[in-house]
Amino acid sequence: MADLVLTTSILEETRIQIENTLIKAGVNTVLLIDEAGNIVVACGHKTDNLDTISLAALAAANFGATSQIAKLIGEDDFALLFHKGEKDSIHVARIGTDLILVTIFGDNVSLGLIRLRVAQLAKSIEKTFGQK
Amino acid sequence: MALINLSKREIHCKIVYYGSGRCGKTTNLLYIYNAMNNKARGKMLTIETKGERTLFFDLLPLNLGKINGFDIRIQLYTVPGQTIYKATRKLVLKGVDGLVFVADYLKVRHEKNIESLQDLRRNLLEHNLTLEEIPTVLQFNKCDMVPTPIPTLTREELEIDLNRELNTKIFEAAATKGIGVFETLKEISKRTVHYVATKHLLT
Ligand SMILES: Nc1nc2c(ncn2[C@@H]2O[C@H](COP(=O)(O)OP(=O)(O)OP(=O)(O)O)[C@@H](O)[C@H]2O)c(=O)[nH]1
Ligand SMILES: [Mg+2]
Repeated sequence: MADLVLTTSILEETRIQIENTLIKAGVNTVLLIDEAGNIVVACGHKTDNLDTISLAALAAANFGATSQIAKLIGEDDFALLFHKGEKDSIHVARIGTDLILVTIFGDNVSLGLIRLRVAQLAKSIEKTFGQK
Repeated sequence: MALINLSKREIHCKIVYYGSGRCGKTTNLLYIYNAMNNKARGKMLTIETKGERTLFFDLLPLNLGKINGFDIRIQLYTVPGQTIYKATRKLVLKGVDGLVFVADYLKVRHEKNIESLQDLRRNLLEHNLTLEEIPTVLQFNKCDMVPTPIPTLTREELEIDLNRELNTKIFEAAATKGIGVFETLKEISKRTVHYVATKHLLT
């Protein structure tokens, strides 16, 4: 796994993509993290009172553990990692090989919309990071 | 994998404390957490079973100030040392930039120390890494037990078991009392940041 070197333009471009696809659709918080649990970009209006460092570490670990579980039962990976809460839910998706996108949203947004938007976003973020 | 944010001028590195079950990894992090002021430390996260054994990992984020105009952010992790958690240790090693191998002075842990170092080498290989390329220091912990009647290993025995191939710097420690804890942390942070910075020509 190579180190990530993030320039201002990569970060800005990614932030705008996340704002346009997810935050504008009503999502509370989006974290783009790497597999080691580092935060690449944090977006949304609820990031200030959220322990994003712990969240990123746990999400990366959880994602890694789930991938291993998939392999144990003969799957490559699970296509969908989703935890539903009473008010807020969390959706986790792989982006390219090294990145993970964590989306936290309330019951005002449907899972179907999240899945669609995350799939679009995955492509554009991969492109941004591929161009560096 | 280090993360270098050129926009905020931050370097993020991951340092993992590795070693057999009950050797004192979590105790190292707890001592650091309690000794540092609020500005320099983040929240400590621990995932443990009922009997204080680490189940997944501990995490302590630290802010070590500026080097060459870059803010240095270090994430300290521990692995669960118990043999059965091999898969979990491999996960925690993902993206590691620096390693502290904690060995236990207790004689009963003689084999466990050696096994754990072998386990570390194997797990690194699965990430296509070797112990020789990742900055690593050794900590010989529980040195406070040496003068007691409880059987302990000698420093020479530990060196032969663990440092013959590795040939790195050794710190004697008694993590419960904080002896050697910051010396270990300082050295591994210095080596890790230096390694990452030279790799990316930031110096
Ligand atoms: N005498 C003595 N006891 C120690 C020292 N360091 C740790 N211990 C004790 O050893 C026990 C295990 O310490 P932990 O820090 O929980 O060990 P660990 O390496 O995190 O263990 P796992 O989570 O199972 O991998 C605790 O009861 C500690 O108080 C030391 O320097 N001297
Ligand atoms: Mg522990």
